[in-house]
Amino acid sequence: MAYVAIADRDDPHAMHHPKSFVTRYIWSQDHKVIAIQYSLIAIAVGLVALVLSGMMRLQLGFPDTFSFIDPADYYQFITMHGMIMVIYLLTALLLGGFGNYLIPLMVGARDMVFPYMNMLSVWVYLLAVIVLMASFFVPGGPTGAGWTLYPPQAISEGTPGASWGIILMLLSLAIFIVAFTMGGLNYVTTVLQARCRGMTLMRMPLSVWGIFMATVLGLLAFPALFVSAVMMALDSLIGTSFFMPAIVSLGETSSHEGGSPILFQHLFWFFGHPEVYIVALPAFGIVSDLLSTHARKNIFGYRMMVWAIIAIGGLSFVVWAHHMYVSGMNPYFGFFFATTTLIIAVPTAIKVYNWILTLWRGDIHLTVPMLFSIGFIFTFIHGGLTGLFLGNVVVDVPLSDTYFVVGHFHMVMGVSPILVIFGAIYHWYPKITGKMYNDFLGKAHFWLTLLGTYSIYLPMHYLGILGVPRRYFAMGTTDFIPESAQAMNAGITISAIIVAVVQVIFIVNMIWSYFKGKDAGGNPWRATTLEWQTPQTPPEHGNWGEKLPVVYRWAYDYSVPGAKEDFIPQNEPPEPGVVAGREHGVEHT
Amino acid sequence: MTWALVFLALIMALVVGYLLSQTINRKPWLANDPLENLPSGMPQSISPSKLGLGVLLAVITSMFGLFFSAYVQRMELNDWSRVQEPSILWVNTVVLVLASVAMNQALRGARRDDVLATRRALIAAGLLSFVFLAGQLLAWDQLRDAGFYMRGNPAAAFFYLLTAIHGFHLIGGLWVWGRTSSRLRGAENVGEFRLSVELCTVYWHFMLLVWLFLFALLLNT
Repeated sequence: MAYVAIADRDDPHAMHHPKSFVTRYIWSQDHKVIAIQYSLIAIAVGLVALVLSGMMRLQLGFPDTFSFIDPADYYQFITMHGMIMVIYLLTALLLGGFGNYLIPLMVGARDMVFPYMNMLSVWVYLLAVIVLMASFFVPGGPTGAGWTLYPPQAISEGTPGASWGIILMLLSLAIFIVAFTMGGLNYVTTVLQARCRGMTLMRMPLSVWGIFMATVLGLLAFPALFVSAVMMALDSLIGTSFFMPAIVSLGETSSHEGGSPILFQHLFWFFGHPEVYIVALPAFGIVSDLLSTHARKNIFGYRMMVWAIIAIGGLSFVVWAHHMYVSGMNPYFGFFFATTTLIIAVPTAIKVYNWILTLWRGDIHLTVPMLFSIGFIFTFIHGGLTGLFLGNVVVDVPLSDTYFVVGHFHMVMGVSPILVIFGAIYHWYPKITGKMYNDFLGKAHFWLTLLGTYSIYLPMHYLGILGVPRRYFAMGTTDFIPESAQAMNAGITISAIIVAVVQVIFIVNMIWSYFKGKDAGGNPWRATTLEWQTPQTPPEHGNWGEKLPVVYRWAYDYSVPGAKEDFIPQNEPPEPGVVAGREHGVEHT
Repeated sequence: MTWALVFLALIMALVVGYLLSQTINRKPWLANDPLENLPSGMPQSISPSKLGLGVLLAVITSMFGLFFSAYVQRMELNDWSRVQEPSILWVNTVVLVLASVAMNQALRGARRDDVLATRRALIAAGLLSFVFLAGQLLAWDQLRDAGFYMRGNPAAAFFYLLTAIHGFHLIGGLWVWGRTSSRLRGAENVGEFRLSVELCTVYWHFMLLVWLFLFALLLNT
């Protein structure tokens, strides 16, 4: 069997180790530094989006109280909150942050295959963020078109930011896509080409599987966003009519003619739905590893987990139009998309069952990462089930424009991946910094966040069934919205503000522990995967010292009968007499 | 969206097929697989750069596939009117085919380790590509003189947009071409540049293929 040169390259001197502060921490080509750069930028911009959501909640909970929020501001807050959270925080943090940190360490590589391009990726991402933030300071402010940027209103006069804001948004998205493509090429190539000896695809931890498949989805789906961004920018700047129909406004006819707003919706959701899985699949993978490690038990149904990831990836491209039921479509179309939407629930449900069965009779350690992982199972089941409601056309049509949808997608792709991200940060913090975080603060952070987010999003489902419409600046007085709904809205706002403030605990914990935390040691969780077996903690440039690791087993040898300890690292050679595996004695011959 | 779906189905079939072939009969929980049977990455014959280029081409194909499906969808609306394509496009097509042929010659030269032949063919391919780009600009000129602007006529708007996007991708290729051919100038043997020449050749053939698809689409609608 021929081996790839880079995968078997033992000599670390072939890499140029950076000498100065600038090449080590700023223009760094080390995947770990790039991962931290990606994560810090993403978290910083995420905090901006968190503040924006707080402002929205203030208006919704206490209308007519805050004179500094007018309707235009409100729409700008909605738009920027949504876009930042989905793309610039979640996508960037899960793939740019965790993808960069975990892939080379988990597959036993020294670095990404194209380190220079990896470095460009993070700086181009920063440029995208700067362009996006610049839109707060241009005439008219940022775009207020809603995060889906639907034409015609996105570029029509009267929408906030219809002149400058929307152009900067589209430009920023295009730049982000370039950055993501550069990173994505790296992740795919590294997983396929740079795995160490013995690391077959089926021995990779599920984190790598999730990130890998999400990257494939991103590489194929982001072009749809690029295409729609370019065409919308031309509609706005040059006056073409790709998406813009003829509009008569205040007796004046627009210069556009004949364009199709529905075409934009197709392109947007052709990207938009895979995007949900671009965020979800890495979270699925990471949470599988956290559950297995902290329950001291192999993941239940590893092969099924892998195939479910692959199946979800494939199916995610044929469900996009379920976001467009209310746009009107051929009933057979709706039937088709409702069916595919329900089918995609099957591999997803397999994953949920397997997580629960992994916990079943496990030696559960309620560490902070484990708490967040279990919290994720709750929120994800919750959000997933309401997704089944909305996947059906007849249920979706009356609920689509209500708070039910807001509750649903925040549960399934807001809270769930964020809980996994927190769990993952706590889990890998000892490897990244070499220090242990404060356990009490971590647990306080978990409970306040979990209960707080539930008290935000659970009532929203009820508001939605009442018929309270989403996207409205103020409800005014209507017959079908009772006074009590307003009281509930005020309660949601108070919870939201508490949850937002509670995140200070997390930030304080991370910073304080970095300087004052106890030394964590190389493998505090007694985990099997390769990143915990590095010679140094935090791993130095090149990761593995003189010799690349050799992998002898899968990533889930926990509590193997007869073994010295309750875990066997992947790079530990087989020992005569100890039979690894779930079905030992049966399949071992 | 049918175009995009067909393309994606193909790509996903490739990805899923490859992944299944790698995973179907594995029982990773058994640690008794002898190490010799366990491959690490892909076989040596595919270099990381080639795989990287392959992934990049998949991304670019996805983008053009989506542009094409947007084109076909927009075509179905009432205000679509045909554009008379400038005849110079036929000349441009021949030029781009010649550029691709020259690239192929460069690759053959590189495989023979013939520096001079490689450099000549490589430079010819680059110059022909510049001629193609100039020809495309002329085509824009002719179209504008014929009264087709981006405003008002969606077919013309797509024409300008798609040729521009194709042109930009060719310019991106020419940047790599420039680096490769300037480094080849002082080289004694092709050796280390063979991979660059090979990647350029693949990219040029791919851009030709995209152009042929695009041209056929423009001609027939």
